[in-house]
Amino acid sequence: MSVAERAGTVADASGRGAAFASPSAGEAATVVEPLIFEASAPGRRAVRFPQPSERARRVATGQPDLPAGSLRATAPRLPEVSELDLLRHFNRLSQLNHAIDLGFYPLGSCTMKYNPKVNEWAAALPGFAASHPVDPAASSQGSLELEWLLGELLREISGFAAVSLQPAAGAHGELTGMLMTRAYHRANGQGETRTRVLVPDSAHGTNPATASMVGYETVTIRSNERGGIDLDALRATLDERTAALMITNPSTLGIFEDQIDAVLSAVHEVGAIAYMDGANLNAILGRFRPGEAGFDVMHFNLHKTFSTPHGGGGPGAGPVGVGERLVPFLPGPQPILAEGDPDTVRRNAWAGRSTPGARFALEEPGSRPESIGRVRMHTGNFGMFVRAYTYIRSNGGAGLRAVSDDAVLAANYLRVRLADAYDLPYDRICKHEVVFSGRRQKRANGVTTLDIAKAILDHGIHPPTIYFPLIVEEALMIEPTETESLETLDRFVEAMHEIADRAGSDPGSLRRAPVTTPVGRLDEAGAARRPDLRHAFGETGAE
Amino acid sequence: MSSTYPDDLRYSKEHEWVRADGSQATIGITGFAADELGDIVFVELPEPGTRLQQFGTFGVIESVKAVSDLYAPVSGEVVEINEALRDQPELVNDDPYGEGWIVKVSLSDGAELDQLMDAATYGESTAG
Repeated sequence: MSVAERAGTVADASGRGAAFASPSAGEAATVVEPLIFEASAPGRRAVRFPQPSERARRVATGQPDLPAGSLRATAPRLPEVSELDLLRHFNRLSQLNHAIDLGFYPLGSCTMKYNPKVNEWAAALPGFAASHPVDPAASSQGSLELEWLLGELLREISGFAAVSLQPAAGAHGELTGMLMTRAYHRANGQGETRTRVLVPDSAHGTNPATASMVGYETVTIRSNERGGIDLDALRATLDERTAALMITNPSTLGIFEDQIDAVLSAVHEVGAIAYMDGANLNAILGRFRPGEAGFDVMHFNLHKTFSTPHGGGGPGAGPVGVGERLVPFLPGPQPILAEGDPDTVRRNAWAGRSTPGARFALEEPGSRPESIGRVRMHTGNFGMFVRAYTYIRSNGGAGLRAVSDDAVLAANYLRVRLADAYDLPYDRICKHEVVFSGRRQKRANGVTTLDIAKAILDHGIHPPTIYFPLIVEEALMIEPTETESLETLDRFVEAMHEIADRAGSDPGSLRRAPVTTPVGRLDEAGAARRPDLRHAFGETGAE
Repeated sequence: MSSTYPDDLRYSKEHEWVRADGSQATIGITGFAADELGDIVFVELPEPGTRLQQFGTFGVIESVKAVSDLYAPVSGEVVEINEALRDQPELVNDDPYGEGWIVKVSLSDGAELDQLMDAATYGESTAG
């Protein structure tokens, strides 16, 4: 059964309810799945709770504590359904979705690469899953050991002197890095004079946003015609006003900055900090260690490179690694090895043994007076640490290098196989992602990159990132990742060729795509201009 | 998409237009920019009274594709903003030189207009 037929069956079975309109096709609204509110009937329950204690009852009814103004006059109209109806509703919805566990998803690590299931096994171990962030150190030795060891692994992978696990996401890691940068310049009496952060135009958009948030003025450095940093432009802009250079490497063009040594020397010559956005680390594991190369600070995205899930906007984990000069400013408290020899503990851990007598702890508050302080409650998103640790340990050093090598190989395979059908603005060996342009199809056939992306859906494949990076017209950014077989990549190549051919022979069909999905072309502009996010309960629904 | 550009306007390389009328000027984005951005979904307008600096940013325009800064083609003080865009940002796509105008300013320096392009020059700069 096709997806469309399946969706039709679902709609028939449900018989009523919510609708997604398909305005571009001008067809009648198609019922896909009713809202949970519409499946609701008074008094139905998925769970029956025991009678609450008197105290709980008083709290629930707000008698002792809550001011009158904080109490609702009427109960919220929550959906009332049986457990089975609840289960069916969400299972049907999940079947209408495309996921990496169902098919090819060339958004890559940028959104979410494949998360091996062993990660979930480890995170569900009761000792981790049932641990509590305010457990005392004496009863959290396993969790503290894992955090310390994860920091050690990230140091080894990146070549940095020290790592903080606290930041909750990549942009939070950037903020942490730039707060340390500011603290460093202030400590050197240059807090007032270093006011600018340089950001290449091929960087992630979060980089200038972070710099602004910390109070710096952002100066954009243009890319050269090869997609790298224009070294002359960089040198002309660097001076004693520069606090830092923030670069994404490999860049959003999927290109490794091959003048990195010259870039770093130029930055350090004027006393500025070199920040590397490590979001694209998936391309360089075991091949390039940013700390060793001379970067001062970098964030890792555990939820990208180290395969921890982050659907629906969270939770992520964005640890930061720093070189020697920023170590005093690291957030705290850090998980530390309070008693025991680090070499022995590491050696035992990699051999799967614990070390008798080793004791782990959190730093005493105030033990590093120059620390920027906490950036996150407790030690960070602990569940992500367990998964990332599991991923790193289950791959091992050679395995992680193979991850990056395969990710790069897959992207370059697609680059070569698709180069005849789509424009390649930066035609050179890429890293983990390749950026094409749909401008040829747009000019010749009036088919936009959006149309191409929608048509990919009809091949049972999730579209890649489109219209990013902004410096590429009609951009199509493809990141296949390391986990796809040659057969899957070939099917994608076939699909992209079919679409390129159809752009010439039948462009109208691309503008109407997708036609095999549960819903057709959605009115994205209408959804953004006039979002309709509230369910109307009918005549009694006013609240 | 060979847009033609009204002859009575001046154009910036950042794709804004200006219609000068005595000491007052109306500012918007060009049809080319609107086409490139795609469906506009939000325009962040400056407060009336804001002083704009020529080629400085004065607002933000968001489409289904991207969020972009708006650049002032001339310096001046904002005297009126197009309130209609709050509810109907699509006016920028539908009528970029008319109902889709963005702000009106009192011109600080009429000579700044000379630094902008005429319709023919702007048309050449966008032909690709």
